[in-house]
Amino acid sequence: MKSNGLKEDASDMDPIHQFEIKKIVSFGHIGGVEIAFTNSAAFMFGAVALIVGGLMLATAGRALVPGRFQSVAEITYEFVADMLRQCTGEAGMRFFPLVFTLFSFILVLNLFGMIPGLFTVTSHIIVTVALALLVFVTVIGYGFWKNGLRFFKLFAPSGIPIYILPLVVLIEIISFLSRPLSHSVRLFANMLAGHITLKVFAGFIGMLATGLGVFGFVVGILPLSMTVALTALELLVAFLQAYVFTMLTCIYLNDALHPGH
Amino acid sequence: MATATGQTGTVAHGGPKGVFPPFNKDTFGSQLLWLAIAFAALYLLLARVALPRLAAILEVRRGRIDDDIAQAGKLKSESEAAIESYQKALAEARAKAQALAAAMRQELMAAAEQRKKQLEGGLAAKLAEAERKIEATKSAAMAHVRGIAVDTAGAIVEELVGKAPGKAAVERAVDAALH
Amino acid sequence: MDPVIGKYIGAGLACIGMGGAGVGVGNIFAHYLAAALRNPSAADGQFARLIFGFAVTEALAIFSLLIALLLLFAV
Repeated sequence: MKSNGLKEDASDMDPIHQFEIKKIVSFGHIGGVEIAFTNSAAFMFGAVALIVGGLMLATAGRALVPGRFQSVAEITYEFVADMLRQCTGEAGMRFFPLVFTLFSFILVLNLFGMIPGLFTVTSHIIVTVALALLVFVTVIGYGFWKNGLRFFKLFAPSGIPIYILPLVVLIEIISFLSRPLSHSVRLFANMLAGHITLKVFAGFIGMLATGLGVFGFVVGILPLSMTVALTALELLVAFLQAYVFTMLTCIYLNDALHPGH
Repeated sequence: MATATGQTGTVAHGGPKGVFPPFNKDTFGSQLLWLAIAFAALYLLLARVALPRLAAILEVRRGRIDDDIAQAGKLKSESEAAIESYQKALAEARAKAQALAAAMRQELMAAAEQRKKQLEGGLAAKLAEAERKIEATKSAAMAHVRGIAVDTAGAIVEELVGKAPGKAAVERAVDAALH
Repeated sequence: MDPVIGKYIGAGLACIGMGGAGVGVGNIFAHYLAAALRNPSAADGQFARLIFGFAVTEALAIFSLLIALLLLFAV
């Protein structure tokens, strides 16, 4: 697998290298954990700046007839609002800022990752787990705060015969507890696998070109076209995973708002 | 994890410690910290500033559109009312014109009738006059006829008999023959 | 035998599970498409359920992949 034409081929060909977290500034250790400003943090703040700045610039005109950028902002707003309203009804609109934040944050971070050379924050499981746990804790906290003990009806769907009810309750509890796991790992694994695949195919081009010379350049068209096609697919996946994450958040929030459905 | 570092050879030499970066626990602390700060900042900025602004724009537009639709509805009902009143006025004018025409026709017909009656009356009077004249002429003629008949009868009888009959007898005979 | 071999074999075996989930996801979209072509006007209203079913099915594939990744990189 190693090409001998390049020095330091590990960083060029290794598909894992792109997920490396690099320290920019270290702030020392707190309780044995090193706190450092990393490339991951830089991209997070980049996403925050892009989202807030973009929205503010787009709505700066407050035009009655929207321009191109204001249309994008409005369409995104309506898209997320419709998604939430469809799942939870008007009662769920109090979570709109949270859902919009999740959607825009994940979408922009995913799309950042699609730009060659940039870091994909959402390919780190700790980030997606934190976001999924945020949703999970919100659902549980709000569910108990609003419904009290009636929140447990979530685990006992109505219309189930009494003799299989214990089994159903067990399954419901397991599925409820596994939600943050699947919720977070889905985003993480999709981003990770997509970027590894992209990098592997892109690496083939370099290997063919350095290993086989002119013939390698000709054959290298095959992995190149594959990379182009995969990039298109990954763009779709980047959007779709942000959408799925948000949609599932809406569905889980609906459980907190209306348990026993 | 430590045992894996040396063995997962091809993967390992990418990272500083040879650990798969997403599973590298050393970076979790700072990632979580910055994620919390970034996410909270984004949430606050969106919830306090950006989203209310967008919502206000959409609300204003919705209100404006509703206003415009209401305005259009009002104008439409106004124009409908105008059309209705115009049609009413039209119908009234038409009825008036028809009434006027009918009255005029009535008047004209009455005048014509009157003239006709006058004409007929005049004609009838002239006819009566003419008939009276004819009657008078006829009776006058009849009176002359009696005289002539008497004269003629006397002359005929004188010629036949040779002797003039009595005038009274001839007059009696002529009257008997005439009546 | 080197225990590392078992790790790699296990990771490969874990990935077999993703095949089943692939069949499931294909089934979901196939039936959605078939139903949407029968009644296109009702299709948009069921899109959220489509995504939910897809996500739940895909979760199983993700568990397999997670096992594989854990075996490769974390154990």
